[in-house]
Amino acid sequence: MNTGIPLQYFLILATIMFFVGVYGFLTRRNLITILMSVELILNSVNINFLTFNRYLFPHKLEGLFFSLFVIAVAASEAAVAIAIIINIYRRFTTINVEDVNMMKF
Amino acid sequence: MTINQLMFVLFSVMIIVFSILTVTSRKILRAAVFLLFVLVSTAGLYFMLNYQFLAAVQLTLYAGGIVVLIIFSILLTSQIDQKFEPVGWKKSLFSALGVISGAFLSIITILDYSFSATTEAAKEVDMHLIGKSLISPGNDGYVLPFEVISILLLAAMVGAIVIAKKGSPGKSESQSLTQ
Repeated sequence: MNTGIPLQYFLILATIMFFVGVYGFLTRRNLITILMSVELILNSVNINFLTFNRYLFPHKLEGLFFSLFVIAVAASEAAVAIAIIINIYRRFTTINVEDVNMMKF
Repeated sequence: MTINQLMFVLFSVMIIVFSILTVTSRKILRAAVFLLFVLVSTAGLYFMLNYQFLAAVQLTLYAGGIVVLIIFSILLTSQIDQKFEPVGWKKSLFSALGVISGAFLSIITILDYSFSATTEAAKEVDMHLIGKSLISPGNDGYVLPFEVISILLLAAMVGAIVIAKKGSPGKSESQSLTQ
């Protein structure tokens, strides 16, 4: 299939999205916003998988299924992470990572 | 400029702008809505790559599931009209330096590498093929990861309920288990 767009453009877009997610992961101090940065990172990886699948190996389906499983893992990760965040909020009445330091030695 | 290229430019500008806004916005509910925009434009990219099934999964699971879950937890745990404190300049400067150098290195590598495509004919990806592959144990089948992911989803469901459940007042869950 020819979309008229070089493969590299998709990869560069996914790279930018990945590193924006990393920036958010490093600078944010709220647990929910950190979780949102992780979702950005996982999403950019999905774009990479699908682009490689479509452009380099169009007769196979590995990329499609791998990103399907990545989405499933991201969903379960978000569910468990939000359960943990709600539990933390109940105990500390805050979800700021700098205030949650009970297990710090 | 063809319509395809125009759509690609539109989607990529939306993705880049909204992902930067997601990680820099100082209001948490706005950040969640910007994340929703990023995920919807990613679904548009999947449509452009001709993976309709995955685009639908992206829309229903990410935009419909995960973002709603995140917004619910924001409403439960945060003051939504409260602004975050601005990030310290030292932290944001060094993070930006590291991130920009990493992105620069990756983009140089991508542009330098010569990708070679196969010459085999493209396979039409329809629902019939996806469903057959997901449960076939053969050469092009993915039944083992499918079963593993179902166990993972079950475990995540049970774990999320157990973690978020309210313990009985005065006595926590672990104490009542050990007695």
